[in-house]
Amino acid sequence: MVLNSQEAATFPGQEGKVVEIADVMATGVLNPSHYPARRAAAVVQHYLNTQHGSPYRWIFLSTVHSGSAEEVTEGRKYQLELTMQEVISNVSGKCSAKLLFPGEEKPGAPQVQALCAELLSENITAQEEAFYQQHRDGKNLVSGENIPDSYGHMEPAMKPFWQLGGVASSFIMLRESNESTLYNMAHVANFTQLETEKDQLRFQYHVLLHEMISQEIIHWKMLFTWSPAEGVKVLQTELLPKCHCEVPPDTTN
Amino acid sequence: MMLCLSSVGLVLLALTVQNGHGNPDSAVWNRMETSERNYYTRYHNMTEISEWMEAMKRENPDVVSSMIYGQTYEKRNITLLKIGSSSTERKKAIWMDCGIHAREWIAPAFCQYFVKEIIRTYRSDDKMKEIMKNLDFYITPVINVDGYIFSWLNESTRLWRKSRSPGPDGCTCYGTDLNRNFNANWGTIGVSTNCCGETYCGTKASSEPETQAVTDMLDKMSQDILAFITIHSYSQLILVPYGHPNVSASNYKELMEVGLGAAKAIKAVHGMNYTVGTSPDILYPNSGSSRDYARQIGIPLSFTFELRDTGEYGFKLPEDQIQPTCEEAFAGAQHIISYAHDKAFYSSAAAVTTTLWTTLMAVWVSSATLL
Repeated sequence: MVLNSQEAATFPGQEGKVVEIADVMATGVLNPSHYPARRAAAVVQHYLNTQHGSPYRWIFLSTVHSGSAEEVTEGRKYQLELTMQEVISNVSGKCSAKLLFPGEEKPGAPQVQALCAELLSENITAQEEAFYQQHRDGKNLVSGENIPDSYGHMEPAMKPFWQLGGVASSFIMLRESNESTLYNMAHVANFTQLETEKDQLRFQYHVLLHEMISQEIIHWKMLFTWSPAEGVKVLQTELLPKCHCEVPPDTTN
Repeated sequence: MMLCLSSVGLVLLALTVQNGHGNPDSAVWNRMETSERNYYTRYHNMTEISEWMEAMKRENPDVVSSMIYGQTYEKRNITLLKIGSSSTERKKAIWMDCGIHAREWIAPAFCQYFVKEIIRTYRSDDKMKEIMKNLDFYITPVINVDGYIFSWLNESTRLWRKSRSPGPDGCTCYGTDLNRNFNANWGTIGVSTNCCGETYCGTKASSEPETQAVTDMLDKMSQDILAFITIHSYSQLILVPYGHPNVSASNYKELMEVGLGAAKAIKAVHGMNYTVGTSPDILYPNSGSSRDYARQIGIPLSFTFELRDTGEYGFKLPEDQIQPTCEEAFAGAQHIISYAHDKAFYSSAAAVTTTLWTTLMAVWVSSATLL
């Protein structure tokens, strides 16, 4: 008698049988839809934003095509073939990347090398220059908060500042990443433009990062500069402690 | 001559009515349609969702009823909508729930859309009509009512995830991750034992009243539920049981096949890619999820949908993406529901036919031997 899957499921002790799977880090050819390749790809995304991001260029992972991982003396090395997408212009491009997650002996940020040709082909010089000129003289220093709002909305004027916050956050996300993390910027709590210094726009941002594996929301304050010529340079970062000080508000309604 | 004139008159009358001018019914329909379209493209707080549930019952009393099946920690009702043509016989069912995690606002929005779509299409769409005849839908728009209300309070509470029960003695933090609290490999992996953690699994399996409410319903109905779909965000994934890396579902191949079919249906709508796999394969290992519990008690098709996006807006998906997200998720859910329905209502017919043929063949062979 052939058991169809529904019958098998209701037999006690049959459902959810334990299969012995060795608990090792994925090595060799990686399945592109499995998490090891995807987490490594997210690190490449953060790296690309630190290198090329701006108020008008914000890069996200589109597809993982293939990847491999190997143990090396310095840690674990990944090789990835990816498609990344710049979300403002919607331009996509293929990237080849290598990364090294350092081992326990010399802990530190992952090291990334990436080659992406078509992705950076979009000419955004005019927009960046216009934004830069508009804000460099310090007569009307901009500030904002709660971007996006609870409904996912933001004023159009705030959008480049949100994008810039995402790019600057990439410095932190890159530095904090390992094989057990997956970061995204969840929210810009507030930002303030400070006086322009040495031709660089200066900003203080308070951002909330979402770490997917722990599901934690992590608060960071950052001080950084930006100009079309120099890109984003992060000067200071400060981890804000998670507040365990709640008094429950009256939610009876 | 008279007949000719009156037929001309009738034709003229028909043309005027078709034009729509001065037809009060069409104006009302347009207004309703517009406001309906706008309603389902916005996020709604708990009061609005509760009012909407009442409106669904009022407007469709022949197919929609509601059931309060538990209470949250803060003593609020946990309510589901039951959608199906009324009958005295026991029927097979589809279970859908949304809003286990408070900050995933797109999930309750999808449950509302899903209800609206079933109601809109069950009379006109042949497949939907057949499905509604044979089974009932049990849909809970918001399971974690306390958490959802909390996430609507102000900007600083928007990213709340857990329930709102107080922590155990000595802990100042609130909330248990309801999707780690179910009695399915509870507390073994992918959880925080720190009560301040976002994946805190509770003091024991089913410690939370919300978990107990769902567990009680599922236990009562498990023989009848053909498919269980729990809606979350974000990441664009379809997760199949189990969350524990060392536990595999006996029908893993079937789950993957159906899941991949759902992802294909999703992609056909707006081109979005949803990845399919077990949680330990494509996301992270976890335990105590509602999806795993459903599978473990024998519901053969159990899926978690993680809706849009893949990190750009995350939990704060802009309202202008609600409609396309719901459209694609609906296509995915429909694929699973169709499969579950056809498996239950067609394969038994196929089995009967096979048995009949086998019997006839056996009779023919034995009679041939006798001759």
